Amino acid sequence: MSAPGRSTVRVVLPSPLRAMAGLDKEIAVEVEGEVTQRSVLGALEAAYPMLLGTIRGRHDAVRRPFVRFFACEEDLSHDDPDTPLPAAVADGREPYIVLGAMAGG
Amino acid sequence: MPGTRVLVGTRKGAFILTSDEARTDWKVDGPHFPGWEIYHLTGSPHDPDRLYASQSTGWHGQVIVRSDDGGATWETVGNDFTYDGVPGEHQWYDGTLRPWEFTRVWHLEPSRHDADTVYAGVEDAALFKSTDGGLTWTELSGLRQHDTGPQWQPGAGGMCLHTILEHPTDPDRLYVAISAAGAFRTSDGGQTWTPINKGLRSGEIPDEDSEVGHCVHHLDLHPDNPDVLYMQKHWDVMRSKDGGDSWHEVSGNLPTDFGFVISVHAHEPETIYVVPITSDAHHFPPDGKLRVYRSRTGGDEWEALGNGLPQEDCYVNVLRDAMAVDQHSSCGVYFGTTGGQVYASNDSGDSWTAIVRDLPAVLSVEVQTLP
Repeated sequence: MSAPGRSTVRVVLPSPLRAMAGLDKEIAVEVEGEVTQRSVLGALEAAYPMLLGTIRGRHDAVRRPFVRFFACEEDLSHDDPDTPLPAAVADGREPYIVLGAMAGG
Repeated sequence: MPGTRVLVGTRKGAFILTSDEARTDWKVDGPHFPGWEIYHLTGSPHDPDRLYASQSTGWHGQVIVRSDDGGATWETVGNDFTYDGVPGEHQWYDGTLRPWEFTRVWHLEPSRHDADTVYAGVEDAALFKSTDGGLTWTELSGLRQHDTGPQWQPGAGGMCLHTILEHPTDPDRLYVAISAAGAFRTSDGGQTWTPINKGLRSGEIPDEDSEVGHCVHHLDLHPDNPDVLYMQKHWDVMRSKDGGDSWHEVSGNLPTDFGFVISVHAHEPETIYVVPITSDAHHFPPDGKLRVYRSRTGGDEWEALGNGLPQEDCYVNVLRDAMAVDQHSSCGVYFGTTGGQVYASNDSGDSWTAIVRDLPAVLSVEVQTLP
């Protein structure tokens, strides 16, 4: 169980990033405060700094064009990054999925 | 016994090919970083076990990795290539202005003068320097901010800084080349830069004698004679005997003066190699015959070398960073093709064999001569 104000979020990474960073397909990230896309990705990058710049811009935090974000069977890619994620993601029942868009070979 | 390590970057990963000094039997190791484009994989002149790779994809951008054990293990290092200040604008293909935007690292050049210094040539064209083994990068922005910057334009492959040459004894002197801006030289460690394109004539730009705008494909020099530079331009093979102050054409009897690679023999400063490619649209060898051309006179007089190379139905290309020479007493020459072959000669080009034939398209080839 997470500490008060802290959530354990399951994050699924695409295979190129797993291979690059030497990570499992799904990893657990500890998120302080409200669980949003911004806070989850921030916690992910803080824990695994080799991912900086590979999912969103290092300085502007804008999603890379061919990266998508899914959760609970919804495409969240165009949502405001500060919108709270579904409760099922915040409490660990559902993962937050980062994946590469279908494009090219 | 001395060894040989060939470092190959491809469209879908990196490969490391190793042999002894005889260079007849090879071990193929890879793919490293499968699925990632490896624009360049290279080693430090100071420490042959220190390797750097530029890996990128359209999905996840740029990553730089470093190995300190000859490629057995790798760690990610810095990938923050932020332009210094407001990046400004350059020419786009249609003649409009377009903001400078980082895309990828084309070339990494570990310094021969300092073990932890490494340079990176990037698209959109700029030069970055790291003095901590690639952990952090600082732009040498005097190049991009040169007065001619707004006139620079991309070649077909993008506006890339693809060649970085260090002077063998003066660490403050560097040569770089940009497609399609031209060649530049610094004598103060990268603070200020001079275009060195006098004598280049490029029919594909409005003023063929322009100070910039030339699509230089590659440069090379020999450390024993560093004022002599060789260039494969989009069209024309060129030579400078004054550190780039002036150039003259040495295409001579080549079947076509278009191509990408140019390399200098390890022990003969006037012996150079090119791979002629048909026109700027075909991008394959003349007559379906893959031939390296060698000049022992610094250009002008060329001989075809095809012994062991396919001499019929061959329509591959050899990209600009995909040729290298080793330092063995009998100089080895290596090149890779877009068809996935890596060819090696252990006798200065007289004969060739394929080390591997079926890799992804080869983007870069470097070679280390191991003690």
